[in-house]
Amino acid sequence: MSEVLTKTMARNIYYGGSLFFLLLFLGLTLHTEMKLPERDNRGAITEQVAHGKRLWEENNCIGCHTLLGEGAYFAPELGNVYTRFGNSTDVIKGFIKGRPADGIPNRRSMPQFNFTDDELEAIAQFLKYASEINTTKWPPNIQG
Amino acid sequence: MQYKSQSVAKPYFIAAIGLFIGQILFGLVMGLQYVWGDFLFPAIPFNVARMVHTNLLIVWLLFGFMGAAYYLIPEEAERELESPALAMLMFWIFLVAGALTVLGYLLVPYAGLAKLTFNSLLPTMGREFLEQPTITKIGIVIVALSFLYNVGMTVLKGRKTVVNLVLMTGLVGLAVMFLFSFYNPDNLVKDKFYWWWVVHLWVEGVWELILGAILAYVLIKTTGVDREVVEKWLYVIIAMTLITGIIGTGHHYFWIGTPEYWQWFGSVFSALEPIPFFMMTVFAFNMVNKRRREHPNKAAVLWALGTGVMAFLGAGVWGFLHTLAPVNYYTHGTQITAAHAHMSFYGAYVMIVLTIISYAMPLLRGRAAANSNKAQVVEMWSFWLMTISIVFLTLFLTAAGILQVYLQRVADVPLPFMVVQDKIVLFYWLREIAGLVFFIGLMIYVWSFFVKGEETKTA
Ligand code: HEC
Ligand code: HEM
Ligand code: HEM
Ligand SMILES: [Fe+2]
Repeated sequence: MSEVLTKTMARNIYYGGSLFFLLLFLGLTLHTEMKLPERDNRGAITEQVAHGKRLWEENNCIGCHTLLGEGAYFAPELGNVYTRFGNSTDVIKGFIKGRPADGIPNRRSMPQFNFTDDELEAIAQFLKYASEINTTKWPPNIQG
Repeated sequence: MQYKSQSVAKPYFIAAIGLFIGQILFGLVMGLQYVWGDFLFPAIPFNVARMVHTNLLIVWLLFGFMGAAYYLIPEEAERELESPALAMLMFWIFLVAGALTVLGYLLVPYAGLAKLTFNSLLPTMGREFLEQPTITKIGIVIVALSFLYNVGMTVLKGRKTVVNLVLMTGLVGLAVMFLFSFYNPDNLVKDKFYWWWVVHLWVEGVWELILGAILAYVLIKTTGVDREVVEKWLYVIIAMTLITGIIGTGHHYFWIGTPEYWQWFGSVFSALEPIPFFMMTVFAFNMVNKRRREHPNKAAVLWALGTGVMAFLGAGVWGFLHTLAPVNYYTHGTQITAAHAHMSFYGAYVMIVLTIISYAMPLLRGRAAANSNKAQVVEMWSFWLMTISIVFLTLFLTAAGILQVYLQRVADVPLPFMVVQDKIVLFYWLREIAGLVFFIGLMIYVWSFFVKGEETKTA
């Protein structure tokens, strides 16, 4: 590397640059936190929705599905499944409830989780809440 | 090997390779499930195989990083490790905790594991890469703290080289960022926002410091180039890493409910993230060209050069491919992401761990400087097989991804996810074949440790 740049200068760029952009990042984070209420649909987070999120986590749905584009790529995007299923939580519940325990021969299969009716409702409400987050028009279309 | 306590690195490296084999086996299982939907269902559902695949990856890379630190920190600090006994104790705790967690994934339904480990007390499970039970996460923190104490004291009481300081910064950063895995609010947007503080700020932040430090160490040792030169390079590389990578986190804040200005911050800064990776490549080749001696361990030099090139390809080129917001709008969460994930993780972190193992293991096993020529030739075969097959695996996933994006998101009549998956199955078959070749390469790699032959002498 050129002789113009000394090791001390390189070190100072490292410390100064990192510190500057770390602080900028923290500032942007603070600002984002202030702006989030306008976009993140927090008004819809009822106890039931929170319960739904826990069930979503404790059954590792993210291990097959994406949610808002993050997760696994083995099964359909679920951030907009509420709209894809015609704005119906009943269809979502019916789908989850209807999975055969032994899978579908030769088709990617989703487990039968044996949820109670309350649990099904909570998950469906959680997915409805997720679908109403302002994601800047993502996904591009209904297929996710 | 100059210090006796460096030898604690050896079990860490052996465990890393063992878990690596497990990781790839589960990758092959998932590859089959992509084409035979009901393969092993319901015994091992896809999500379980995926957790095992990705968690084993992270755990064995951590074993590799810790082994690297235990090996190189005493030598750089010019003193024995603070406590070799503590290092061995932590080795067994980490290994047993890791094994129990993986067994838990495989033997108990995930919801049962959550109950068994009292997830409701402090719910942290069920998020991608952070699936470990909360108790395992706490265990990881304890192991990390005693590890940091052990190597930290060694650095503090010894010679303070730039390599040691950068490595320590990276390792402390790794532990600190992991703490965000304990923050899991009900608000999905906030959950996702801080989840990236673990995942992105690891691989495109602090882990790059670890990568840079290990690479610098191996290059100093194998090329004999002046430390001053290497250290200057290292500073510039990690400066560029953090200057671009911290705000670059924004490339994950396009579509998850965060404000729209992140499209600008994320696109611009992450578009600059390839720079430090490119510099690593130039750095590695430059040092090797300027070498002042011929180190007999040719395999280690090959791994070091390979790390530079493949990290640049996987992270730099494949990262840039989908990092601009208008492109990411279409590619977000598709096989394109998976393609990039494979080549970047392999090129940067798998290869740097294999580099330090290649350099250190012969010394840990009492060789003068390197393995026999015969063993090195076998090792270099495995280098080429694994590297070329991951390139093909990435290319096949990229092809699958382009078709998926077109059919599902761009075409006049977008098709449903499952229909599209059926249409691109050919590429999933090809991916599985590439994966099998990778596995053969890995077996040859393991075999290279058992090849005898006349030892090459020190240069
Ligand atoms: C082992 C993988 C796997 C897991 C785990 C999984 N799913 Fe699925 N899921 C699938 C597959 C595969 C499909 C597509 C099924 C089909 O079309 O035949 C699917 C489809 C769906 C659909 C319908 C999507 C559509 O657009 O057709 C919903 C809703 C759904 N899953 C919800 C969930 C929820 C909620 C969980 C967690 C409790 C979950 N899934 C866990 C594999 C999985
Ligand atoms: C050293 C080599 C490998 C590394 C570093 C690696 C790494 C990873 C990572 C990081 C992910 C998560 C991807 C993401 O979330 O975007 C992943 C997922 C996956 N890997 Fe690998 N992997 C390797 C080898 C393999 C092999 C050989 C196969 C099989 C042929 C394979 C098959 C898969 C599959 C099917 C997934 C799941 C993708 C999905 O979510 O749909 N991997 N791997
Ligand atoms: C060694 C360094 C890197 C590693 C190990 C890595 C790994 C990964 C992984 C595993 C994911 C998938 C995360 C998930 O499952 O959701 C990902 C996503 C992503 N990476 Fe990287 N990455 C690296 C560097 C980079 C760089 C330098 C860039 C940009 C130039 C980049 C751009 C992206 C983008 C845009 C995504 C999001 C993809 C999506 O929208 O689905 N990465 N990376
Ligand atoms: Fe990133």
